[in-house]
Amino acid sequence: MEKLSGAQMVVRALEDEGVEMVFGYPGGAVIDIYDALYSAKKLRHVLVRHEQAAVHAADGYARCTGKVGVALATSGPGATNCITGIATAYMDSVPMVIITGQVGKPLIGSDAFQEVDTVGITRPIVKHSFLCSSAAELPLIIKKAFYLASTGRPGPVLVDIPKDVQNPRNLFDYEYPKEISMRSYNPTRLGHKGQIKRAVKLLAEARKPVLYAGGGIILANASEQVRALAAKFRMPVVSSLMGLGAVSGHDEKFLGMLGMHGTYEANMAMHHADLVLAVGTRFSDRSTNNVSKFCPEAKIIHIDVDPASISKTVRVDIPIVGSIDMVIPQMMGDIEELGLKPAADGLADWWSQISTWRQKNCLAYDRSSSLIKPQAVVEAVDRLTEDPVVVSDVGQHQMFVAQHFKFDKPRKWLNSGGLGTMGYGLPAAAGAQAALPGAQVVCFTSDGSVQMNIQELATCMEYRLPLKIIILNNNALGMVKQWQKLFYEGRLSQTCSPEYISSLPDFVKLAEAYGHVGMRITRPDELEDGLRKAFAMKDRLVLVEVLTDPEELVYPMTINGGAMCDMRLNDTETTL
Amino acid sequence: MRHVISVLLDNESGALSRVVGLFSQRNYNIETLTVAPTDDVTLSRITIVTKGDDEQVEQITKQLHKLINVLKVCDLADAPFVEREILLAKCRAATPEIRAEICSLTDIFRGQIVDVTSELYTIQMVGSSDKIDAFISTAGKTIELIEVVRSGVCGIARGERALRA
Repeated sequence: MEKLSGAQMVVRALEDEGVEMVFGYPGGAVIDIYDALYSAKKLRHVLVRHEQAAVHAADGYARCTGKVGVALATSGPGATNCITGIATAYMDSVPMVIITGQVGKPLIGSDAFQEVDTVGITRPIVKHSFLCSSAAELPLIIKKAFYLASTGRPGPVLVDIPKDVQNPRNLFDYEYPKEISMRSYNPTRLGHKGQIKRAVKLLAEARKPVLYAGGGIILANASEQVRALAAKFRMPVVSSLMGLGAVSGHDEKFLGMLGMHGTYEANMAMHHADLVLAVGTRFSDRSTNNVSKFCPEAKIIHIDVDPASISKTVRVDIPIVGSIDMVIPQMMGDIEELGLKPAADGLADWWSQISTWRQKNCLAYDRSSSLIKPQAVVEAVDRLTEDPVVVSDVGQHQMFVAQHFKFDKPRKWLNSGGLGTMGYGLPAAAGAQAALPGAQVVCFTSDGSVQMNIQELATCMEYRLPLKIIILNNNALGMVKQWQKLFYEGRLSQTCSPEYISSLPDFVKLAEAYGHVGMRITRPDELEDGLRKAFAMKDRLVLVEVLTDPEELVYPMTINGGAMCDMRLNDTETTL
Repeated sequence: MRHVISVLLDNESGALSRVVGLFSQRNYNIETLTVAPTDDVTLSRITIVTKGDDEQVEQITKQLHKLINVLKVCDLADAPFVEREILLAKCRAATPEIRAEICSLTDIFRGQIVDVTSELYTIQMVGSSDKIDAFISTAGKTIELIEVVRSGVCGIARGERALRA
């Protein structure tokens, strides 16, 4: 049998697992792994400029490809820098393996240099973690890590490897396990037959159904199946932030995103529905508003691979635990078998009600303004690009993209939904571009968010990642400012002071300092041409700073404590 | 509502901290917790007494089950079960009258005196938490309790029901 050191095993096991790329940053406790990487044949390493970015990049890689992302960092500060990235991936159920170095076993617990209890610190934000105590168990642990990360409800798995376990002088038998089974881990794939029968009967009887699509559909690669089910019953579809792209934004049945900044028609349809079919979603507080007023007239069917997501915040009538790509075909089979027919009138009354809600045109904005509206930028990018991977940071711009970009396909919309991590955008976009070299990757960000991981412009230069970064610069930490305007009597604490504004860097020069192309667009009439120019530079990273209207707020906005139908529609109009 | 949750999990380092961490992370309450290996030394058994309504306890059991190291979870309070707790109590036994009182109370509660010095007696008692509570509150009125240690509850279902891997 082949003999390898622990450090060599890490590299070989990753290769044997089929990993093509790892995002990382070297340090003392992983120096042996980096030494093994030096002679790796297949595995490619992408050097980031901050460990947080390594994890976000692995996250972006994972979300756009569906493969497990891999990040590598050293002990201590390397590991703690990973925390935000790991928590981001955990909240959004991103399959990921994070490998961290640890001080040697004899030093663990002694407050050694660059020692932290990485397994302990990350415990609440990982699906599982391993502290590897001998090189001999590394192949099995790495196999388990990938298996856990990618099956059931996906999530980040951490493997902490003490330095002595990596020791290049100690060689052990190496064989990568082909199969794996764990007695304590058997995620349910198929849905319960009885529940599925009950569910499809309700579906066929419903007069006012809504399909509430979540990110789980994308994780399960079940987009096609869900679209077919929606088509079968001509069901209106609303989507969570994470579910955008599961059903096409161009589909006439698509009512848009629901929730805090969801569309009027999506929230109204949810509130008045008689049946909600929730697929791969966790009824987050940003979606439901006050759960006690949530969908008062609806029976709720909930399909999710994670039993703990069911009836966690909202009690459901028919829970179905299983993988969406299995459950939806089971449902289709039952519909066929039971001879269930869609409503003969194509739910005419329901659709006519919905079309009156649509006439509200809730996403309208002032198109004649002399200032550039952020919505216009999003729409222009949508018009000027073909099938891009759209990455966003966190804040107002994120909501504008979610509302105005029409996502056609799954895995084209990467953003931090659950944790809301500012600084996610640029490194995640870099990871996506590294994963898909030929793809058009657009990163929407803002003057606030982009500065939280700006150092990754160097990574993008080193690997020639031709991102298009669109900074919607509104001279403010806009989302907090919006809340201060609406709920804090306009006391704009620390969100848009003259000092903040005058201290913003010259983003064009900043891009140029890193060797990229920088552009600035200041007037509405320059927008289209400017963006066109940027997108024409196919092999360059172009950072486009767009000066947008600082006073533009994100509407609709649900009213805190109310039902989904309780919304502010603009500065003066509410539904109350 | 009081619930007694039994958990069967891998007997490996870190597994217990995942369980305990889950309770603090999700703001669940722990009244007592016991843990020890089972007859199968690769497995540990935890008994947790917690309070919560049915929905909370359903979430707790689901979240416990989601931990990769956890094999089985059950709420013993769903059906008849036996629960036992051990008490060790050290009390002042300075005079013949007090010593007699201690012996008599210990007898009534079917306990034993397991350590004796000229000044101190240590009482051992096994029973349900209610019984232990009753002893402590009764004894506290007539005896000076120096130190009280309780094991926390361990429980097992009555009849055919069994929690095995």
